[in-house]
Amino acid sequence: MSSTIEIRSAPHVKGSRTVEQIMRQVVYSLVPVCAFFVWQYGISALALITVVTGVCIWTERVFTGTGTQSGHIQDYSSVITGLLLALTLPPGFPLWMAAVAAFISIALGKALFGGIGFNVFNPALVGRAFAQAAFPTAIATYTPSFLSGRGSEFIPSSLALPLMQPADTAAWLHGMQIDGWTGATPLAQWKFEQTLVGAGELLTSLGGHLPIGPSPVLIVLCGLYLASRRFMDWRIPMAVFGSAAITAWALFLLDPARFPTPFFTLLSGGLALGAVYMATDMATSPVTPKGMWFYGALIGFLTVIIRNFSGLPEGVMYAILLGNAVTPLIERVTQPTPFGKGASKKARRAASYSLNPSYISRDGDVQERDKS
Amino acid sequence: MKLLNFLRGEAFQRGVHPPSHKEATADRSIRRLPFAPQLVVPLSQHIGKSPKPIVRVGQEVVRGQLIAQSDDWLSVPHHAPATGVIEAIELRPSARGPWVESIVIRVQSGSTQEDLWGKPQDLSNATPQELLQAIWDSGMVGLGGAAFPTHAKLTVPKQAHVHTLVVNGCECEPFLTCDHRVMVEEADALMAGIRYGMRATSAVRTIIGVEDNKPDAVKAIQAAIDKIGATDIFVEAVPTKYPQGSEKMLIMALFGVEIPSGGLPVSLGMVVNNVGTLAALGKLLPAGRGLTERVVTVTGPGVARPGDYRVPLGTPLKFVLEYAGAEVNSRQVIMGGPMMGQSAASLDVPITKGVSGVLVLRGEDIAEREQRVVYPCIKCGECVESCPMGLNPSILGMLASRRDYEPMGSHYHLGDCFECGCCTYVCPSNIQLAQQFRIAKQVLRERATA
Repeated sequence: MSSTIEIRSAPHVKGSRTVEQIMRQVVYSLVPVCAFFVWQYGISALALITVVTGVCIWTERVFTGTGTQSGHIQDYSSVITGLLLALTLPPGFPLWMAAVAAFISIALGKALFGGIGFNVFNPALVGRAFAQAAFPTAIATYTPSFLSGRGSEFIPSSLALPLMQPADTAAWLHGMQIDGWTGATPLAQWKFEQTLVGAGELLTSLGGHLPIGPSPVLIVLCGLYLASRRFMDWRIPMAVFGSAAITAWALFLLDPARFPTPFFTLLSGGLALGAVYMATDMATSPVTPKGMWFYGALIGFLTVIIRNFSGLPEGVMYAILLGNAVTPLIERVTQPTPFGKGASKKARRAASYSLNPSYISRDGDVQERDKS
Repeated sequence: MKLLNFLRGEAFQRGVHPPSHKEATADRSIRRLPFAPQLVVPLSQHIGKSPKPIVRVGQEVVRGQLIAQSDDWLSVPHHAPATGVIEAIELRPSARGPWVESIVIRVQSGSTQEDLWGKPQDLSNATPQELLQAIWDSGMVGLGGAAFPTHAKLTVPKQAHVHTLVVNGCECEPFLTCDHRVMVEEADALMAGIRYGMRATSAVRTIIGVEDNKPDAVKAIQAAIDKIGATDIFVEAVPTKYPQGSEKMLIMALFGVEIPSGGLPVSLGMVVNNVGTLAALGKLLPAGRGLTERVVTVTGPGVARPGDYRVPLGTPLKFVLEYAGAEVNSRQVIMGGPMMGQSAASLDVPITKGVSGVLVLRGEDIAEREQRVVYPCIKCGECVESCPMGLNPSILGMLASRRDYEPMGSHYHLGDCFECGCCTYVCPSNIQLAQQFRIAKQVLRERATA
């Protein structure tokens, strides 16, 4: 025995889960989604993901380095922010604008609040909201997926010089002569032209040259992996999908001509990515189980309302940011009921032993005691 | 994992499954530890006033002889753990840190561990009051770790009515196997102890809860029940899960009811006792002896001869570790289990009535934990998913780190926390939640009395 022993506080053993492990697993699960995105849009998407993630990591490094922000560059959380931000931007988004959005997402979305764990809003969506306000034209300009030369040729708008207007992609696309190309996402097509894209094409993201993101099926599969290993809470995506489906279904029943089918609502736009990866951001979602249901349901409901009753074709981003904003309030009203403080003290399940079996007669005892 | 629990019928909600590490000692029978040259018996070993020494320095005592007398209801007498001479009655270090008044006995070399002192008594017709007095005289406290005086625990309040004696054989702490071995080897003594417990409380049935990772203990107890032909004693395997050994969790697993917050099991007509306590009572009461030894699990990665040892009370930790062959580079010695046990402050502290295990960790066992970075709470919700009491450790931890203690007690039910450590065990941010809660409770207690 050594002469010195050390004192620590209990518990003296520790589970293996770490923050780095959680974040790393989320990054791994995003790899197939990003690969699909690159397959759809080629070298421009790859450049976009690389630049945005790189700028996010660099910004994180600057702020953690100055000591104004908690966390460490190795915790992978800035990588998640970068990948998610890149996936929400149009593939032909000018790279310099993407870099600005990436800087804003970490600087204003995270560092300003004090770093990992303290941010109120999802950093990727803060960056995306900034881009939407600052570059409204660029962020609404979509290019077709699965173009023939996508592996070697950049979308011209990607390479715009810093602070310069991007090149017009319309003329570039005109030379390619793509059948039925209107330049609108399925959501915008529905909103402004009342044409409905088929469910199969939405499901796989493989049909024609639709300007859409990675397949919702793939995103949900990646989410299932995370949820099965408990690196993500399954309640939030379930609540988002459920409440969006119910709201959309109710509206569809009300007026089938005016509102899209629930399937279209679930499969189109960024709902899958938002529900699985954005709404589940741990720091900005409620920690209480009941609160997670409320929060997810609110996001699903708001998404459908914004899509159908506002001037915007897509509402997931604002729905999640609003959900983030009310998270503290939701938590306050959904605190769990502690053991032994529930309203009912009755047995909750078929127990091995009855509390008052027939051979224990309380009345008999009381009578006996009264007699004596 | 969650699904598996659901299919097996979950015992209580949430909780954790730490690696059990019981295999090193679970199959070894209990061995005796020889006397150390000097034994130290602290007078105060639990709550309540400390008992008064009734021996003087230089006096010769016999193993089992009364050496400290108690007149306070919440304290118990002490008996000499060995034959020898009282060397000193002075301040000695205790496991908690502060030095406490202790009786130091120089053991007479070559003396036997047979109990020499005792007044055999026939308790077959004793009234509950006589039984409780006999239990009090034996110096018995809860051997599970809390060391609450057993006679007080078995006393039924005036208005209350007890129908069931629940015997706690869960031993949910990793590493510990002392209760396990007692159940396997001393099942007959346990039955005798249960009879005394039932008579003292007027309970009409007994249910022994054992975690299902100890099938041999269940079998041994069932055999003992069959042997005496008892129809009012039942043994039940409950799902293995930490902290199943908490009496609230055990009652939940057996009966499916929650003990109301702030209440005791007696409000539902139950009294809970540890298996080790009742087995010891079963042996001590008929012989009219006092508690002079207890079974202690000595284990850990750095111990060459791990096992369950019958240790004379007052044996210094250093002697126990040398006998069990603890490695030289050991860095931490824990008294109790790894989840709720206490770091020993010095190797001179003695084994007391409440020490169920001695766990030795080497440098390499704690190195990985030490290198881990502490992050701010990322609100992953793991602690909320693991708290057996249904609290929200996440918000409690955030309040504690701001030293905002008042709302922790008034709004977030800090008083229900029993410091099981599940939240700290699962926390990926490596926040010392349980320790923060201990500090917060202490501050709130001080504020309440100030």
